[in-house]
Amino acid sequence: MIKIVKRDQPSRAIFFFTPVLAIFLTLVAGGLIFFILGFKPFEALKFFFIVPIADKYGFSELLLKATPLCLIAIGLSFCFKSNNWNIGAEGQLTFGAIVSGGIALLFYEQEGFYILPIVILAGAIGGMLYASIPAILKTYFNTNEILVSLMLVYVSKLILDYLVVGPWSNPEGFNFPETRQFSDSAKLPLLFEGLRIHAGIFLALAAVVISWFVFYKTYLGFQMKVSGFSLKTAKYAGYKGKKMIILVFLISGACAGLAGVGEITGPIGQLHREISPDYGFTAIIVAFLGRLHPVGIIFASLVVAITYLGAETAQIFMQIPKYTGQVFQGMILFFLLASDYLLFFKFKFIGSKK
Amino acid sequence: MIIDINFIGLIIASIMASAVPLILASCGELITERSGVLNLGVEGMMIIGAISGFALMTVTESLIIAVFGAMLAGVLISTIFAFLTQTLITNHVATGLALTIFGIGISAMIGKNFVGIPGKEFPVLFEGLKDIIPLLGPILFGHSIVFYFAFALPFITSYFLKKTKIGLIVRAVGDSPESASNQGINVRLVRYACILYGGAMSGLAGAYLSMIYTPQWIENMTGGRGWIALALVVFSTWNPIKILIGAMIFGGLTIIQFHMQAIGVRIPVQFLTALPYIVTIIVLVVISRDSRKIRLSTPSSLGKSFHKDN
Repeated sequence: MIKIVKRDQPSRAIFFFTPVLAIFLTLVAGGLIFFILGFKPFEALKFFFIVPIADKYGFSELLLKATPLCLIAIGLSFCFKSNNWNIGAEGQLTFGAIVSGGIALLFYEQEGFYILPIVILAGAIGGMLYASIPAILKTYFNTNEILVSLMLVYVSKLILDYLVVGPWSNPEGFNFPETRQFSDSAKLPLLFEGLRIHAGIFLALAAVVISWFVFYKTYLGFQMKVSGFSLKTAKYAGYKGKKMIILVFLISGACAGLAGVGEITGPIGQLHREISPDYGFTAIIVAFLGRLHPVGIIFASLVVAITYLGAETAQIFMQIPKYTGQVFQGMILFFLLASDYLLFFKFKFIGSKK
Repeated sequence: MIIDINFIGLIIASIMASAVPLILASCGELITERSGVLNLGVEGMMIIGAISGFALMTVTESLIIAVFGAMLAGVLISTIFAFLTQTLITNHVATGLALTIFGIGISAMIGKNFVGIPGKEFPVLFEGLKDIIPLLGPILFGHSIVFYFAFALPFITSYFLKKTKIGLIVRAVGDSPESASNQGINVRLVRYACILYGGAMSGLAGAYLSMIYTPQWIENMTGGRGWIALALVVFSTWNPIKILIGAMIFGGLTIIQFHMQAIGVRIPVQFLTALPYIVTIIVLVVISRDSRKIRLSTPSSLGKSFHKDN
């Protein structure tokens, strides 16, 4: 007989094992879906997860996609650790891109070493400004941050749309909805000849190191952890709740804004309508899959980045819609949450006594 | 300029039509939330309903199969959410987000072969009465059965919660699962039922969009309506009748934006499109500012997992 028993303490080993289990279960379920759709499951999974990263170019593309995911997820982990549900990173990314793109356009025919730092800083500030809206509304007006941050995603995309169609559109651009190309001084340098991977990856790595330091070596990190476990305890300990809420939103907005800068000054080089394939939403999954741990998030961003590449490859070679990537992303999160059950409960085999 | 009185009637009718999916999804979610469960997957369940309804209509050409099939699809997808949050006790917010991401992906996958196919016409009731009464004619008559159902639903929901025994049980489970459980009520079962009901209503809301409102399939065609429906539940302070008012306001914003463009008001179209989202935020701020009022009307156990040790 098997009995389900509650664990005395959540198991730490299982805490880091379940993400791997979730990925495995996602592959099994994904193979099943491909089979139902009439494809050979193993071949389809190969096209999805192995073919896209089999060469040097593919690996560079993987890092290119993982960079914004990692950066945003690191920022979100500050919010999620402290029980703040910022799900509008996509909007903060977009607004960061708008502000930094605007600055980059001001310098469009100038060159100079000082331009890129200003543009990057502008992106971080843009993201912070946009994240401050749900933060302030939550702290001073008691407003639900989930809905506000999400509504702002739609608003930011419409602002971007207005700018690239209207006032910021390229005067020599034949009315295409896009701005001028930024000058070379406003673009992140490429790391290797012929590959698209750019210096933005160092921003992501810096975020990983800094967040690790904040989480595990500072008083702020400790406060966040306590608030995440129990808001009552945090209050009892006398932590300034409001200040912390605003701070974690600003950090996560800055990270999302930087991810936006990385996209427009990296592979894109201008502003147009589609600057992000929903990186801001996907990063939520990355943050959970990485267990809100900086190192975990690096691995998680690589795994989830494959679903983007795989969806593109599968679309080209097998005519599977690119949205399949989202199906995989949703399944990873489902399986991850489900396998969390093993954290708190265990199956106990009881000898059959009659 | 002479304004035709029937034209005003038509505008009001079009506002009501755009309110229908919001009313359906919000009333469903309201029941779910009243039982203490926060399901953020409304957008995902709606889009699944939209593709299921449209696909079944195209394949079977049967209205009944299509409409009920869409509701069933909403139920099936919400079963994933129910199983995870109630049986495996997962976090409501994260699970709901996963449901939305998954739903949008799956719907696009199913919908691949249905892009660009024109939808079938959905029959309307009382067409003949439309022109007999001025003003009220176009408002009251010539709509689909789903339209009438949507406008009855807030009243039915209100009656259900206030006057029936099951409604009382739902509220008890949402406000105090521990005492409900001590009274011998199966909290998990009630919550399962409320989640699946919410799924059915979201599925119907989606089917209304793809079969009646704009009869075609477009990827991501719900366009954030599921999230507005969620905001409407807060707006209503969990009172079904107020959902009706909120949905009319949002429907109005959507319709006004078309007419402002038509009469040549020089406001960027993007600003008008953003208006419902901005107004949602403003309304949420106004409603939530009074934290005591919000606390009194919010189901006490909303979003909190309940697990009975046995």
